[in-house]
Amino acid sequence: MANFFEPVGGPGGGAAAGAPPQIVLEVKGLTVEFSSEDGPLRAVDEVSFHIRRGEIVGLVGESGAGKSLTSEAIMGLIRRPPGRIAGEVWFGGRDLLSLDEPELARIRGKDIAMIFQNPSASLNPVFRVGDQMLEAMALHLPEPKATLRERVVENLVRVGISSPRARARDYPHQFSGGMAQRVMIGMGVSCVPSLLIADEPTTALDVTIQAQVLALIRRLARELGVAVLLVSHDLGIISQMCHRVLVMYAGRVVEEASVATIFRAPAHPYTRGLIECLPRLDGNGRLGAIAGMMPGLRALPSGCRFHPRCPIAEPRCGEETPALRPLATGRAVACHLAGVS
Amino acid sequence: MTAPSPLLEVRDLVKHFPVRANPLAALWPAAIRRVVHAVDGVSFAIEAGETLGLVGESGCGKTTTGRLVLRAIEPTRGRIVFEGQDITELSARQLLPFRRKVQIVFQDPYSSLNPRMTVGRMVAEPIRVHRIAEGAEVEARVGALLDMVGLSPEYRDRYPHELSGGQRQRVGIARALAAGPRLVVADEAVSALDVSVRAQILNLLVDLRERLGLAYLFVSHDLGVIRFVSHRVAVMYLGKLAEVAPTGELFKQPLHPYTQALLAAIPAVGDGETSIFDDPTRLLEGELPNPIDLPRGCRFASRCPHRMARCDEAEPALREAAPGHAVACYLYS
Repeated sequence: MANFFEPVGGPGGGAAAGAPPQIVLEVKGLTVEFSSEDGPLRAVDEVSFHIRRGEIVGLVGESGAGKSLTSEAIMGLIRRPPGRIAGEVWFGGRDLLSLDEPELARIRGKDIAMIFQNPSASLNPVFRVGDQMLEAMALHLPEPKATLRERVVENLVRVGISSPRARARDYPHQFSGGMAQRVMIGMGVSCVPSLLIADEPTTALDVTIQAQVLALIRRLARELGVAVLLVSHDLGIISQMCHRVLVMYAGRVVEEASVATIFRAPAHPYTRGLIECLPRLDGNGRLGAIAGMMPGLRALPSGCRFHPRCPIAEPRCGEETPALRPLATGRAVACHLAGVS
Repeated sequence: MTAPSPLLEVRDLVKHFPVRANPLAALWPAAIRRVVHAVDGVSFAIEAGETLGLVGESGCGKTTTGRLVLRAIEPTRGRIVFEGQDITELSARQLLPFRRKVQIVFQDPYSSLNPRMTVGRMVAEPIRVHRIAEGAEVEARVGALLDMVGLSPEYRDRYPHELSGGQRQRVGIARALAAGPRLVVADEAVSALDVSVRAQILNLLVDLRERLGLAYLFVSHDLGVIRFVSHRVAVMYLGKLAEVAPTGELFKQPLHPYTQALLAAIPAVGDGETSIFDDPTRLLEGELPNPIDLPRGCRFASRCPHRMARCDEAEPALREAAPGHAVACYLYS
């Protein structure tokens, strides 16, 4: 992977120095509900955040926290009905939630790229990998086939696949998991998207291969200025990949902060608990543990949804829902007791 | 070496799986028999009460090694010695006492429990099979086991679908402990669990080890988990051990280039200022070679940053580089 991406749209796409880069995605009050016999189940509750150019924002939480649903709602992948979505998702001057399917299809795959957990399942097993990449590009780019074919090869080189011409003629089963995920990334960035949504992109991969794929995503953000929404359950990955993090619990954002802040001084008891649960490489002794487990959507506790498991809960935590309130610039927490000494 | 024999000793264990890619190949008996070298000459020992962590990436043979130790599958070659007795060739009947003493906890708590049995019946099963107790005594033992793994008595009558992943894994552990084992093979026992639940189960496994004097062969791909539970760690690559060392030493001073690369690739929680993924020198290039057509020399040579001429000529043996710290690499011999 010696070759580098050409910067697009001027130098310095990263989230560094000078005026803050432009906001690529802004999500406001995103709520996802599903109807059930017991009435509506709210799986994502009033989630708001934004991502700037070249910035990697992490969405972290355990199974059932609503992080994947949040990313799927942004991409318009939740069928309505049965799903019901409220809120706003601003991207490229338009609210994605107000667009119809053909309009969304023009944006997805071109301006917004997506990669998922299981790369092999995202590729069609009966078509050659190169043809699938070409098809994705032909949908959005009005260029002759021969030109696109060259771009497929360039893209395979970009994502570090050796002998790209031969590999383009291979079928998905001839690719390993790591290679298939690179193909997905190559396909995703073929139209130079401004937003990449990566939902557990390396969960199925081995640690050394995971490192290769994650390094590639970091480079996309740094060198092409792609804004990245990274969904992961792995706090280590979040800490090494992201600039900012949102911690989700039972459908709500409980804390938002820069990566440097959140791991040094987590403000929400759930965030603190999660970090203490990690077997660290530099320490030993007993692991911190959060008692109990995440509540199901049918039996959400009143007030703060974390209060039954919270080590510092007070009576009012079971009565009043804590709002996500700012603690400092770019830092917010949904806890009655955070910042109160 | 006059020390008492270890609880488990595995000598030069080999497991080759035949490949039947083409059904027509069977018509030519003279055709070259192709095999997957899943485990290719592995030796290690585990003392009573000790936890040996076996770590490696998918396809390295760590799970096969665990299954060989249990004699769930038969080795192609090599010996398995448990409590001084060679159990490699014992018949199923002769193995019964061994089966009591060596148990397994599986990775997937969803598929490893019988969906049609209650928790109580599942935990009672090994007690009845091994005739450890009878009648009311069985129920008393089940109660004690559930209590030991942190499940309240009301779970006795529940079915697996009524349990969460963590609770199921507790049942799996209770079942493994029911026969009173001395060695438990934990095969990715916490890999399917969420972070907060994983911490609960890891703490439970460590508590049980202290309380019951258990030894673990702890198989995992997760170095953080391995570091937490293990006394010693064995790093496996393509069917062979690359390095074996006490846990602290392995993490402080990894010798094998593969161990070094593995440690460098772990996304540990950092300071949030720098990212290991921005440093291309930490990345290991390439992927695992095909375990059917192995290279003649060192298996790691194709990805190794320190590759020398002799690495391609013959395979380096696992040798002690420091007391208790063995490595299979020409950089140290």
